[in-house]
Amino acid sequence: MLDLPWRFVAILFANGVLVGSMYALIALGFVLIYKATDAINFAQGEFVMFAGFLAAGATHEAGFPWWISALLSVAGMIVFAFGLERIVLRPLIGRPVLAVIMATLGLGFVLRGVATMAFGGGTQTIPLPVSNAPVFIGPLILPPIELVGAGVSLAFLGVFGWFFLKSRVGVAMRAVADSQQVAMAMGINVRRYFALAWAMAGVVSALGGVLWGGMLGVDNQLALVGLKVFPVMILGGLDSIVGAVVGGIIVGVVESLSAGFLDPLVGGGTKDFVPYLLMIAVLMVRPEGIFGRRRIERI
Amino acid sequence: MFHSETGVFKTSYAADMALYPLPVARYAVIALAIVFLFIVPLVFSPYLMTLMNLVLIAVVGAIGLDILVGYTGQISIGHGAFMSVGAYTAANLIVRTGLPFWLAIPAGGAMAALIGIVIGIPSLRIKGIYLAVATLAAQFVIEWMINHITWISGGIEASIQVPPPSIFGFKLVTAYRLYFFLLFFAALAIVATLNWMRSRIGRAFIAIRDQDIAAEIIGINIFKYKLYAFAISSFYAGVTGVLYTYYYGIANYEQFGIDVSINYLAMILIGGLGSILGAIFGATFITILPEAARQFLTHYGGMIMSQDAVTNVVPNLQLVLFGGLIIFFLVAEPEGLNRLWRSIRNYFRVWPFSY
Repeated sequence: MLDLPWRFVAILFANGVLVGSMYALIALGFVLIYKATDAINFAQGEFVMFAGFLAAGATHEAGFPWWISALLSVAGMIVFAFGLERIVLRPLIGRPVLAVIMATLGLGFVLRGVATMAFGGGTQTIPLPVSNAPVFIGPLILPPIELVGAGVSLAFLGVFGWFFLKSRVGVAMRAVADSQQVAMAMGINVRRYFALAWAMAGVVSALGGVLWGGMLGVDNQLALVGLKVFPVMILGGLDSIVGAVVGGIIVGVVESLSAGFLDPLVGGGTKDFVPYLLMIAVLMVRPEGIFGRRRIERI
Repeated sequence: MFHSETGVFKTSYAADMALYPLPVARYAVIALAIVFLFIVPLVFSPYLMTLMNLVLIAVVGAIGLDILVGYTGQISIGHGAFMSVGAYTAANLIVRTGLPFWLAIPAGGAMAALIGIVIGIPSLRIKGIYLAVATLAAQFVIEWMINHITWISGGIEASIQVPPPSIFGFKLVTAYRLYFFLLFFAALAIVATLNWMRSRIGRAFIAIRDQDIAAEIIGINIFKYKLYAFAISSFYAGVTGVLYTYYYGIANYEQFGIDVSINYLAMILIGGLGSILGAIFGATFITILPEAARQFLTHYGGMIMSQDAVTNVVPNLQLVLFGGLIIFFLVAEPEGLNRLWRSIRNYFRVWPFSY
């Protein structure tokens, strides 16, 4: 029998699951866009940061209560995403992968610069009505903000899952993702659904911004969440919501365990890249991720 | 003598593949050599010279990335990490064994090429966005290893100081002396790549970029050539890293972060993918842009805001300008500066008798 400190492992594990669910929320932003438009948004982290800044700005500058700030942030991100799709992404439809990657990377730079110019470089807080006192569940000690965050994330993942499976708009979006030409022939307004996908990603980013911003504080560093989420969505498969959840939880747990066990051995920082190593290992076996759809290539 | 073609009159493959398709290209090369060897060092101020040196280093790195991304079509967001591999390999060799630069530079390149091959192995199975994220992983892992393994990084702050390069005891310390040193490597990179890309290897790269399954069917071993592309591109990156190390006199992992990888991608994209001239244009443009923005704002920014505000705004405005330009070029001129240059050239080619 291995002599592991079981309580420690259990706490790390639970923590990983909770943080992982919150990663899944941000990964959902990627998946929504990829599913509908075949584009990858490398600025997702900056979206989250920008939404966080909007919410923090609304509370501090205008003195709104937290829930109005959150709603304002959601509304702001919807408007922003619509405009963005119109000005930047629509001209790039049908261009190589690299073009979209670079455009969104460039967008990330612009957002980071604009946010710092508009809101200043300091760390701002979003006062969520969640206490700081840790919660005891059986042998576990958990921070309540993570519990709330994970709960909200999973609820929204459920809503979006239902939306894609059952609702008329969701089905239309899946049709667009499957084949734009056939969707057009069936009378679906493809461009409108592209815009809608970006707007939905904006909503998800706003939620992520409020939750993550409430947990970590809002500053430029919040954008780094985007980098953490790449292994999540690639592990899960780029076009799968279930994959985002599973990938998120796997990455959260792996990160938490490596921070608990590997970091003391090698001097820290392992949690930044261990998920990436895991991702590469999975990619070598299943190039389309765990739940991704296998693509057949033709000449 | 000074003429251009009026049609395609090539009758042999040798003529079609020639490095100088027209006599005028030969004169242009001679003219460029005179400008860069004599006029630039005589005319430029020390400040412009330092900028020029940075451009030359960037040219080597950008061409290297262009071989992988522009010619072979494999996206890499880990170019900065390969530079750091070259930089630390060379810095360690120079400090521990006193290696001269003409051995340290290829050694740094070779080590980077080796690591590049390892990173390139997943390209057998994955491509596109997945490969891009896999190379991003390389960026993080290499950065972490350099930062945490003291045997590589030389202890605290992970930076190693190196003495300036010297030729027969002649130390290359000033910007002017380094200029010729760097010019040599930039020219070497340009000529080597031009030749490489019209050889069997280069044509295999282009075939893989255009349609990898078709390339495999006509008998190209795509795995082998993808690894070649990674190795060659990383070799250039490693050399770039060593050049940066010599230029700054110090190897530091912070000079080779993910933003550097993105900068280099921006260079080849703004310059125009799959073109060496484009890589040169892009490297020049992206290197000069932040400096030009800073100069402009410190001189003229005071008119609309306080001097304090200017110093605060400059780094953010550089970010916005940089990102905005990438987006602008992608939307407005997908083929980059190279296309702009070609349009201008084609206009003057038949001038004044354009119809």
